[in-house]
Amino acid sequence: MTDTLTRVQVRAAPPRRPHPVSGPATGLLLAALAAGLVTALVAGISAGSVTLPLGQVWGVVLAHLSGRGAQADPLLSQVVWDIRTPRALLAALAGAGLSVAGVALQALVRNPLADPYVLGVSSAASLGAVLVPALGGTALAGLTGALGVTGAAFAAAMLSALLVYVLAQRSGRLLDSWLVLTGVAIGYLCTAATTFVQLQLNPTELQGMMFWLMGSVAGASWTDLGVPALLVGSCLAWLWLQARSLNALLAGEEAAIAIGVPVATLRIGLLVAGSLLTSTVVSVVGGIGFIGLMVPHMVRFVVGADHRRVLPVSLLTGALFLVLVDLAARVADRPDELPVGIFTTGLGVPFFLWLLRRRARGGSDAA
Amino acid sequence: MRLDLTGVSAHIDARPIVDGVDLTAGPGEFVALVGPNGSGKSTLLRTVYRSLRPSGGVVRLDGQDLWRMRPRQAARHRAVLPQHSQVAEGLSVAEVVATGRHSRKRPLERDNDTDRAVVLTALRRVGMEGTADRLLTALSGGERQRVLLARALAQEAPLLVLDEPTNHLDVGSQLLLLDLIRSLGLTLLAALHDLDQAAAYADRVVVLRDGRVAGHGPPLEVLTPAFIEEVFGVRAHVGPHPITGRPHIAVASVIGT
Repeated sequence: MTDTLTRVQVRAAPPRRPHPVSGPATGLLLAALAAGLVTALVAGISAGSVTLPLGQVWGVVLAHLSGRGAQADPLLSQVVWDIRTPRALLAALAGAGLSVAGVALQALVRNPLADPYVLGVSSAASLGAVLVPALGGTALAGLTGALGVTGAAFAAAMLSALLVYVLAQRSGRLLDSWLVLTGVAIGYLCTAATTFVQLQLNPTELQGMMFWLMGSVAGASWTDLGVPALLVGSCLAWLWLQARSLNALLAGEEAAIAIGVPVATLRIGLLVAGSLLTSTVVSVVGGIGFIGLMVPHMVRFVVGADHRRVLPVSLLTGALFLVLVDLAARVADRPDELPVGIFTTGLGVPFFLWLLRRRARGGSDAA
Repeated sequence: MRLDLTGVSAHIDARPIVDGVDLTAGPGEFVALVGPNGSGKSTLLRTVYRSLRPSGGVVRLDGQDLWRMRPRQAARHRAVLPQHSQVAEGLSVAEVVATGRHSRKRPLERDNDTDRAVVLTALRRVGMEGTADRLLTALSGGERQRVLLARALAQEAPLLVLDEPTNHLDVGSQLLLLDLIRSLGLTLLAALHDLDQAAAYADRVVVLRDGRVAGHGPPLEVLTPAFIEEVFGVRAHVGPHPITGRPHIAVASVIGT
């Protein structure tokens, strides 16, 4: 076999790294992010309406981790171990879950502008969640009671994602622009329905549901963590197994099929994983917007688009990001707290607009 | 690798596009698929890519039904250079070519020396080894096409299907690409626009018209001036190429000459 084309002069290219971080440096980045996350968690536990010395925080946490929690100061133990630790961990879990949901949905529609909000999945999950208390005492109470808030949010998220998926198909092909526009339309419909449901509630019930509008990790307890941790872990493991296929899908449906990716099955899996991650997070912390858009994008900027790097780096970055945002939300207006969703949206919308303009200038096919 | 299409029909939106096509490509043979726009070339190729299931007939690779294979198994037997490929943003050239190794790897298996060697060899064969660490988005259209050919080569499949591979390339790159794919020793099925290129490079041509086979055989036996005028509506001159001596087809409009 002759190397015919080697006779052609290839444009001289200086040897350089395609991404700021690649190869073995990715391991160092992951270690740095993990260290940053632990530091942020400790800072998040010590800061609040009353700031606790780090030494005491460590003491209580280590005592509980080594099974000697009963020996710690009861009041300090309650604040540190029962209130602030689960809250900080929930923030980390929600940030990680939303970032990975963003990666899954962006791979599904091959558009970095996609996010659980853009595709209407978050709005549907919120609707499912508010329906549970709203339908209490009606004929459907049995059904919603059996599903629980997480189950109802997942059912609604899956239903909307499936609806978007079916409506956006044309002769067996999924068109990006159709998918995004259909998602936005379904999202509006769910938001309108959520507002309608909320108008039917009395002021006390409404107060408890406000956090679904702006999102908050306040009031977290250890029992809130188990199921979300399990679900986020399972989704991440599945996505990790698909990393090669997700890379192939970046080059388009036809190319991915040619390479041997079962594209239809993969897309259904991405829909389920994206819906499951979004609804799990929404049902415990409400609607925290734009993390799924911002985090994966920043990560790709640093490590490139290879999902074998994007998935773990997004997971840790998302966790770190939301722990820091929650910290800011608690200390910005002491002793009051602000909902974290205000911060993420405040950062996310300018980011989204910047991204949109940058893609338009670059001539990318923003759907 | 032997490719056999038997009575293949295909519909898009319930509209018949390809109707009962028989086509064979023997081991190492270059078969060119030609025909006017809308004659069903791309649709027929999609039944070999496995992106459109035939509504009738069978596609076989060495006697095995392609559509009954698992996706990875099919990808180990046939590689594709599709006509429409989106540019994967944020992937380097080497990473794009490495996606061609998908069907050879288990999900969590890391890239080993063999994979890296296959990727580099594929890039060298298309003359792009100097670009391995650049972003695909930084390359020109012709360079991207060669990288995508390298990705197909990284599949190490004995059958290569190409849909108008010379589209958007300058004339020098077109001929070099055709020289290259012919030198690979693979079974080739390529949709080609240019009758002259089909005549000069293919062992056999299959002519499609309105989704049916209008003629098939060695280029000079099929592509006669009368046949070309009937199918394509142009006047044609067929003779040896003044430079290479290979079959050469010159065409001209039927009006104004």
